[in-house]
Amino acid sequence: MKEDKVKIALVSCGTEYGGVQAEFEEAAEKVNAEFIYPEIDIKRLDTIGKDFGIDAASGDLRLMMARAEAVVKGQTLADGVFVTTCFRCAEAAIVRNEVRRYIHRNSKIPVISYSFTEQTNAATLFTRFEALTTIAKRRHLLAREIQTGITAGIDSGSTTTKAVIMKDNEIIGLGWGPTNQVLESAESVYQEALDMAGLKKEDIQALGTTGYGRYLIGERMNADLVQEEITVNSKGAVYLAGKQRGPATVIDIGGMDNKAISIEDGIPGMFTMGGICAGASGRFFETVAKRLNVDITELGDLAVKGDQSKVDMNSYCIVFGTQSLVNSLSQGALPKDVAAAACRSVVEQIYQQQLQEVDVREPVILVGGSSLIKGVPKELGELLNVEVIVPDKSQYIGAVGAALLASGFIDEQND
Amino acid sequence: MVKVFIYPTNSFILSDLVMRAGHEPLVVMNQVREKVTTLGVDSPPMNITPEDPKTGLKYAAIEVPAGVRGRMALNGPLTEQAEIAIIVEGAPADFGCSGCNRTNELTKFLVRDRLDRSKILEIKYPESDEQIHEFVYKILDFLNTFND
Repeated sequence: MKEDKVKIALVSCGTEYGGVQAEFEEAAEKVNAEFIYPEIDIKRLDTIGKDFGIDAASGDLRLMMARAEAVVKGQTLADGVFVTTCFRCAEAAIVRNEVRRYIHRNSKIPVISYSFTEQTNAATLFTRFEALTTIAKRRHLLAREIQTGITAGIDSGSTTTKAVIMKDNEIIGLGWGPTNQVLESAESVYQEALDMAGLKKEDIQALGTTGYGRYLIGERMNADLVQEEITVNSKGAVYLAGKQRGPATVIDIGGMDNKAISIEDGIPGMFTMGGICAGASGRFFETVAKRLNVDITELGDLAVKGDQSKVDMNSYCIVFGTQSLVNSLSQGALPKDVAAAACRSVVEQIYQQQLQEVDVREPVILVGGSSLIKGVPKELGELLNVEVIVPDKSQYIGAVGAALLASGFIDEQND
Repeated sequence: MVKVFIYPTNSFILSDLVMRAGHEPLVVMNQVREKVTTLGVDSPPMNITPEDPKTGLKYAAIEVPAGVRGRMALNGPLTEQAEIAIIVEGAPADFGCSGCNRTNELTKFLVRDRLDRSKILEIKYPESDEQIHEFVYKILDFLNTFND
């Protein structure tokens, strides 16, 4: 039987005027979702600004507040809310942020926000919509806290591919390697994990895939679960950190993008995903390590010995970041201080761009390959003034999350 | 008969007053109708595509948000055709509501920049019955001065 479409309330200042409505529709269609536009009384536009607290001059921004109110009050039934406004509009950015917060605080409906340009395409939106619909409609899947049976998870990231074998809630096999050819890399790390576990493919009762290559690998390997990395990584992060209950914030710095996810009981409530600039990803650390002539695995140890305040570095863009790097070294800066400044620069960018979009609630769990660079959790902790948790095997969160969630399919097979 | 730019650009009441005075109102609804009836473009509901924010570059620079430039692709031609203008400030949403204030500022500026001030009536939305009468008379008086 065909599942009902997931109803996403589109609360925006006018995606249709930005010329991107068709891209939004295409992305929603791909995840079996449809947009709904909460009905409001036009007279409400004259009063909502004062009631909400932002007397916005733009009618469409007041419309956003009124639509958010209709969703929160249950006048419109929505499974999820997508709050979006034009990129580079200050008034809209203020309203977008507060509308998102208002929905999150006053309802249990998952909500994400995004700022669009005319370049925004369906592919950019797809992972976000997939996560939103998963949280809205498949909460039962995400509620799983204990892995059962023998399952495997493969995380095909932009830079590295990871595989994990789990048995009765224990990790018994690990595989890791660079992502070259997506399928070959996955096969290789999967075999490595199986060898470590002393198992064969036939022994695996359920397989989950996540990451950029999840569909290709999932199709070829006949995976039971093919799931985007926002929900899967969140699950893996709180599982490995032992923080499955209560609030948490997961910050995932990957090879090509980064994510900030606000979680309650292991299920994302708000999340944001950045990936436009490589200056806030593992790529920047690779560039820094190469220029400092150290292995990427040694960069963290070097950074914790340094003082970031001695070097002025801006990694807003990887090009400018590299310029800062070259300039500081040419002026006699010490490699350890440069390494520390690189770590600070990346976490500052995540703070400025991602953590403004989610409510940071402790514990803060840092995951992804960049979490292994010791200077990163140190600088993030100092910036946020909180203790940052880096769980053991933090680079495997995606694969662990996939293996954990895949075990739900063993029960279904047995049923 | 003259072409009259109105603000709010989608006000049916202003549009009706202009027509009653024998002039042609320049309204954004006509622009939208042209869009949605254009054959070969399938980008519902407005048929505004990424090309429109590019068209809007004629009126606003690239750093101006896409939504403003997309709206200017509709509003901009209205400002170019305008021979006279009526701008009503402080109107409630049901009188006519143009969604984006940045677009509104730019649209009104373009009209004020193009037209002689004697050809623009700037008037506040009435707040009492007495003011309503005065509001309508002022608009009709203004429009009648441009009758042949």
